Amino acid sequence: MSATTTAPAGVAKTPKSKNASDRSVAENRLGMKLVAPALVVMLFVTAFPMLQALWLSLSNYALTAPDDRSFVGAQNYVTALSDPLFWRTMLVTVGIMVVTVFFELVIGFVFALVMHRVIFARGIIRTSILIPYGVITVVSGFAWQFAFSSTNGFVNAWVPFIEDNFNWFGEQFPALFAICVSEIWKTTPFMSLLLLAGLAQVSEDMIEAAKVDGATWWQRMWKVILPNMRAAIMVAILFRALDAFRIFDNIFVMTGGAVNTESVSFLTYRQVIEQFQIGMGSALSVLLFLSVLVIAFGIVKLFRVDLAAARQEG
Amino acid sequence: MGNTPLRKVGIALGAALILIWCLLPVAWIISLSFKSQESITNGSPGFFPSEGGFAGWDNYVAAWDNEQFRRAIFNSIGISLIATLLSVIVATLAAYAIARLEFRGKKLVLSTALAIAMFPVVSLVGPLFDMWRAIGLYDTWPGLIIPYMSFTLPLAIWTLAAFFREIPWEMEQAAQVDGATSWQAFRKVIVPLAAPGVFTAAILTFFFAWNDFVFGISLTSTEAARPIPASLSFFVGSDPFNRPASLLAAGAVIATLPIIVIVLAFQRKIVAGLTSGAVKG
Repeated sequence: MSATTTAPAGVAKTPKSKNASDRSVAENRLGMKLVAPALVVMLFVTAFPMLQALWLSLSNYALTAPDDRSFVGAQNYVTALSDPLFWRTMLVTVGIMVVTVFFELVIGFVFALVMHRVIFARGIIRTSILIPYGVITVVSGFAWQFAFSSTNGFVNAWVPFIEDNFNWFGEQFPALFAICVSEIWKTTPFMSLLLLAGLAQVSEDMIEAAKVDGATWWQRMWKVILPNMRAAIMVAILFRALDAFRIFDNIFVMTGGAVNTESVSFLTYRQVIEQFQIGMGSALSVLLFLSVLVIAFGIVKLFRVDLAAARQEG
Repeated sequence: MGNTPLRKVGIALGAALILIWCLLPVAWIISLSFKSQESITNGSPGFFPSEGGFAGWDNYVAAWDNEQFRRAIFNSIGISLIATLLSVIVATLAAYAIARLEFRGKKLVLSTALAIAMFPVVSLVGPLFDMWRAIGLYDTWPGLIIPYMSFTLPLAIWTLAAFFREIPWEMEQAAQVDGATSWQAFRKVIVPLAAPGVFTAAILTFFFAWNDFVFGISLTSTEAARPIPASLSFFVGSDPFNRPASLLAAGAVIATLPIIVIVLAFQRKIVAGLTSGAVKG
């Protein structure tokens, strides 16, 4: 909406040929009109509430006592950042993010290599790989929770060196392990499809040339294939890392945040929806948003991700 | 390449591994849904229903007889379809402009879409909860449709823009030169070329809406709008300390059926859509 009003400013600049500029003015207007609805819908549910959260986070405001609302400045942030609970959830979240993205990348790459080379049953494999992607996260969480369950599951019986009555959800690390398994199961196929698309873009001629020159499989992999897939790998890591950092569904379903498995998202949700602490919850929302920005920025800078490629401007 | 027997065996093993990876948990939840509720309460470890613990279709009948469950399926189908339709219409307009026109603010739209694709949805729960209650959208269909649209638009816009860039738009003029009216040129030439892209974007949008959990649990409070993932997670049965695992599994299988049907029918289109948005440079 606001974009439409700025149109005339750019028009006066280049009136070289009247006809051409008329057309470009019309094109400019039409372009803005066409994207306006999308921009408005996207910003209405994100930018506007986020600004409101910024404002709410500065007040002491609970829905249980709406009349006691008062302006407290940065007090909510001080309370959150000095609470070990916040840092514990942050550590759990970052831990889950690093572990799941690592395994998704490694397993996803193996899957992509297989799918790239497989000749028989191509359709069946590509169809099945979409099933975990399509399955609701809540269902995946239930499936794995019951699979790890000592009373009704099968994992304890199938995995050697595990007692039959071992309770996976009684302690932090086993519970986090189960959560990571569910997360990795569901998202690895998506990762492998992204990597497969990157793999398909590596020129076969180049690989053949390396082979003729006597490069081993391992050398071809590290010197030819991987460097040429860099962009695809980095974009996949960026998207999956930010997605993993937001982890919520699996934790909600599988442990409900018990035995120190809370993530930052889960803590935020609990403050707002279960305890009606809008002020504190908003402060946590802002912190969560800032963390995502920091991580996105960090990954982009660290790995020099080509965001233009991600936005298809390249 | 790929001719040595060792390599063939490796690929075959890899293919088998992929199939096991993808299908084992699905097989498990189906198997679990056939365990009788009695055997679940008493404990019945193992992949398959124990002897005498086989329930037949009982759990499916019980899940389907549950009014809340049926209502949630209805909500999910309605909300997801409407959100998909609206999102795809809005995204088609935007993607056409991005792929075909030069205009100011193109970068802004693309950057906004990218930022929203990375947005932590939970951080919106608080403010939206507050806003929706103030304007009466809390616990209604539009209250979920609007956020679903916002969060599916980036994916839909990317996918569609990637498809639209590939369309040979000159063909429209060529058809007009050959004597077609501009409407005929659009309908007979451009629509058939653009339709697969629009369709792919619709499938991906539908998947997102069907899968959403955060908005589903926080912006609804009753069965008036509660979608299926939220309903499943709140379904604890009579004894909250012992969840009716097999009943839940039956519900989960029913909730997964639409997805499986879509995947089986449109596998190629989905793969093309998923990869076009992220990698094409």
